[in-house]
Amino acid sequence: MLEARDITVTYGSRRAVSGVSLTLRPGNVIAVIGPNGAGKSTLLRSLNGALEPATGEIILDERPLTTYSRRSVARRISVVAQEADLRFPVTVFEFVLGGRYAWASNSGWGWETARDVSVASEVLRETQLESLSGRLMNELSGGERQRAVLARALATEAGVLLLDEPTANLDLAHQATILALVRKRCDTRETSALVITHDINLAAEFSDRVLLMKEGSTVAVGPPGDVLTPALLREVFAVEVLVDAHPVSGVPRITPVHQTLR
Amino acid sequence: MNALIPGGATSSRLPRGLAGARVTFTRTVSICAVLLLTLLAIVIVTSLFGSEKLPARAALCTLLTLGKTSCGLTANHYAILFDIRLPRILLGAAVGGSLAVAGASYQSLLRNPLAEPYLLGISNGAAVGTMIALVFLGAHEWSRPLLAFVGALAATLVVYRLAQGRTGATPERLILAGVIVTTFLSSAIVFVTTLMDATRIRSFTFWLLGDLSGATSKLLWLALFIAVAGSIVLAAYARSLNLLMLGERDAFDLGVEVSRVRLIVFIVASLLVGSSVASSGSVGYVGLVVPHLVRLSLGSDNRITLPAAAICGAMFVVVADTIARTAIAPRELPVGAITALIGAPLFVYLLRRR
Repeated sequence: MLEARDITVTYGSRRAVSGVSLTLRPGNVIAVIGPNGAGKSTLLRSLNGALEPATGEIILDERPLTTYSRRSVARRISVVAQEADLRFPVTVFEFVLGGRYAWASNSGWGWETARDVSVASEVLRETQLESLSGRLMNELSGGERQRAVLARALATEAGVLLLDEPTANLDLAHQATILALVRKRCDTRETSALVITHDINLAAEFSDRVLLMKEGSTVAVGPPGDVLTPALLREVFAVEVLVDAHPVSGVPRITPVHQTLR
Repeated sequence: MNALIPGGATSSRLPRGLAGARVTFTRTVSICAVLLLTLLAIVIVTSLFGSEKLPARAALCTLLTLGKTSCGLTANHYAILFDIRLPRILLGAAVGGSLAVAGASYQSLLRNPLAEPYLLGISNGAAVGTMIALVFLGAHEWSRPLLAFVGALAATLVVYRLAQGRTGATPERLILAGVIVTTFLSSAIVFVTTLMDATRIRSFTFWLLGDLSGATSKLLWLALFIAVAGSIVLAAYARSLNLLMLGERDAFDLGVEVSRVRLIVFIVASLLVGSSVASSGSVGYVGLVVPHLVRLSLGSDNRITLPAAAICGAMFVVVADTIARTAIAPRELPVGAITALIGAPLFVYLLRRR
């Protein structure tokens, strides 16, 4: 379980995140939405220890995050960033095996164990990349590459997944695939996930709770039905929206109403 | 090859060379063993070449007994073989190994296939250190490698500090900082050169271009020791470097203590570059070309790239120096001129292939 208690993160004198609290419980998916510059990525970077909060505390499995070594944090918290920028030829299988680094007995000339290889093979099956495992990463399409990045995060077997716009630059089908994989992992493996996304409808569909942020602060947090209201979305994004129920799933469906249409 | 990839991958487009196979301990050890045997063969064969022709059979015989019996070699030939040629070849191997493994480490750490000790100004730092030792502390032999190391490390730390932005050091900033330091130190080299007397300037210019003939036996053993120990230490961080190659942020997220690994690589690579420059001046292109060729044929996994680059770098400089001392014998060329002559066209070819 990962918990942020009233954290404030600053860059110099600027407050990027101020007074945010949240709890990620096993099986839970929290979507973080808000305009650009709302502090979403900063919040995510502080949750895995990359940025230290100026005030407040982050608690991982009942201990402050700062008391863990880098490697033991990596065994518990895994990050999926936007597409990896690769400058050296690496095969998909090698790339995914990178997720097993934190489990190695030593950091250097160590070799993957049979278990590392079987975990990597399993996540490749899960993400349907099995047939591409010998390909070079830069030969894959954007959607395949993003699945490989997710596969590597799943290979860490961490109980907490932090995803920073994992579906940016992906087409409709691939967006849903990525989030469905995350949802499945959370439902079956006692894993929790925090997903930053700009797609409010995807957030409504795949998350248990939504954290709505503006200018570094929490505007609202709760089930999608409570948070994704026209009033709150207008306050945060300064845009009029229509909210109705999705005809199939019944979750809130958000449609922006632009000036020109009125 | 596919059998090594679990899940029975049947990709139709495996990467070039052997790169498609996953790197395992057995594979790494067998490849390194083959490369080491090749290096040994190259050392033996090149020791027979030179301006003075040695009787091949007798020379081979005495080499195989490690010099314990002369096998009918004259005292003069024996001295040429063991006191002149072999030390020079071993120094070439040490310098080549050091520069190649340092280059490969910088490329992974900085995620830049073009990064290498010269580009970052580290070689120039070591050269300035060596020059200060030569000019002011000429009597103390150990002052050269020591000041070269200090110079290399100082250059590294300055480059590193200059590259630190508000949000950390980006590879681009680091390379730019390297260019600034390189040009600054080049002026320093010119300045110190003017303090030398005219007779020394020529040998000094020769040294600047890379010259393996000047090292004493103490410096040779030091260079060999640092080359082997440094390569082992860097290879011990190979798995961390594999992740750093994908980006510092990714590496951090996956559990690498980025700043610690970076510091260790900087210190060890400075030692390697410092000892090379102190004993043989600036031999260029080794740190750039050798790791490229190794990656093209063996893939990017540093657990094999680093040891293989060290051994292949040794081969490269030994062969280049053999050309340098035989091409216009009895006169000699600086080995750096040969490595650049081989390296520059190869580098252009590599760039065009990318």
